[in-house]
Amino acid sequence: MPGPGKGKLGFDAAHRSAKQTPDPMHAFANPARFLKIARPLTGWLGWTGALLAVGALAAGLFASPSDYLQGESVRIMYVHVPAAWLGMAGWSGIAAASAMQLIWRHPLAAVAARALAVPGAVFAALCLATGSLWGRPTWGTYWEWDGRMTSMLVLLFLYLGHIALGSADRERGGEGRVTALFGLVGAINLPVIHYSVVWWNTLHQGQSISFVRASSSIAPEMLWPLLAAALGFSLLFASAVLMRMRAELARLKVEARLRRMASE
Amino acid sequence: MNHWPFILGAYALTVLATLGLLGGSWAAMRRAERQADAAGRTP
Repeated sequence: MPGPGKGKLGFDAAHRSAKQTPDPMHAFANPARFLKIARPLTGWLGWTGALLAVGALAAGLFASPSDYLQGESVRIMYVHVPAAWLGMAGWSGIAAASAMQLIWRHPLAAVAARALAVPGAVFAALCLATGSLWGRPTWGTYWEWDGRMTSMLVLLFLYLGHIALGSADRERGGEGRVTALFGLVGAINLPVIHYSVVWWNTLHQGQSISFVRASSSIAPEMLWPLLAAALGFSLLFASAVLMRMRAELARLKVEARLRRMASE
Repeated sequence: MNHWPFILGAYALTVLATLGLLGGSWAAMRRAERQADAAGRTP
């Protein structure tokens, strides 16, 4: 438990230790140093992401061709795929932050994991909703209990569990170790989502883009708006995460200040 | 079947949810940073 005059996550201790340990991972353990970079980055990421996303969505709606098999409904891909990517990337971030919190006790790791949960949940929900809207004209159904859709729904429930655990932990004034363990264990769902279309005979289509093999079965005039949309929404996601981290750090600063005043 | 209502619905949902996420995060950040600044000024 933190002592008097010290923040819950060692707000003040982090400030001191960062001065003594210049290793790359702990370079941003100092909240003041982190905020110095996060403040200008928040707006830059947000506005660049907004421009890219608006351009990509306009291209997806008006410039890209329709699909020979799916027709016009393929345009939903430009919002569905970025949402799916960010839903999964968000939990990957939570798992990495949880490992950093549990193994190296990085003071910003719990803040980052908590900041990732709501944006990740929003994009996981968007993935399910846009997928459902894509499924109706393409498959003739809004929902099917197949491997990809069910494992994505499980991811949304994991996010909701993480948010609830994090809130309960914050109210109790805990260190968030149970939430971090939950973040690590929940990562087991990520390969299940990714390989669900390989392991099971699903209604959902298989992988169209492979970064490992650097190959794509999508036509270039469809691929570029898709990559631009993925990048644009990723920058917006990063901006939202930075805003939430800044809010959490400001809240911790107020708590540390109140604790110091109470102990004086 | 006309696909456009589904396409426009998906785009509208994505734009609204993203704007809601960014707006909510921004408002929470501004509120928390203002409180932290006020707490820092308290003697």
